Amino acid sequence: MAIEVRIPTILRTYTNGEKSVEASGSTLIELIDDLEAKHPGIKDRLIEAKDGQSDLRRFVNLYVNDEDVRFTGGLGTELSDGDQVVVLPAVAGG
Amino acid sequence: MLTISPAIRDAIVAHAKRDHPDEACGIVAGPEGSDRAERVVEMVNAAGSPTFYEFDSGELLALYKQMWADDEEPVVIYHSHTATQAYPSRTDIGLAGEPGAHYVLVSTRAHGNSEGPVEFRSYRIIDGAVTEEEVQVTDTVTDEPAHQMNEQTSESE
Repeated sequence: MAIEVRIPTILRTYTNGEKSVEASGSTLIELIDDLEAKHPGIKDRLIEAKDGQSDLRRFVNLYVNDEDVRFTGGLGTELSDGDQVVVLPAVAGG
Repeated sequence: MLTISPAIRDAIVAHAKRDHPDEACGIVAGPEGSDRAERVVEMVNAAGSPTFYEFDSGELLALYKQMWADDEEPVVIYHSHTATQAYPSRTDIGLAGEPGAHYVLVSTRAHGNSEGPVEFRSYRIIDGAVTEEEVQVTDTVTDEPAHQMNEQTSESE
């Protein structure tokens, strides 16, 4: 199952400079595990442990077909063949 | 060095003054790889705060999709400080996610919403390291005539 994942500039060090890569998984966390297998180190930039559970990092945004996954089930968001995933770092500061 | 036109500099300053005492934020997009700051996009500060700013996640995606469609990138990412100097805070440094962008900071602490000069400074923020850079405000396009003349001379030799 091929899902296109758009990689932001700051994480392209993990993808040999590629702007988008393919990965597979039936849920977002499976997709991220597959990304990690192909691009070691990238998972830690997306996910952190929170109260003993994995969760998306506060200042990383992930979208499946233009929907912020925080509103669609987080890391459990279900994926289908042909879905488009976008990773964007938050633009934020103090 | 950041090269920016007076019109774009003025638009960023006006936005910062208008939103004072909350922080204002936005970007200036330009053609990918050009380093030309051409199109100001004012963003809503979803945090609505005098001490924090954040682009709304849905608006962030819409912004990037528009830039990708037009082969643009964020040349400048700007925000204001409303009670402190125009220097990146620890939070700014920790969250800086665009290593290719010029991070512009404007401080409105001196005059708030009123007329008057503001601090307008630019930085590179890469892997937690902050480097201030010169800001050149000019309408002149980047190609320097002197440089072109040198190239022509060497070709004719």
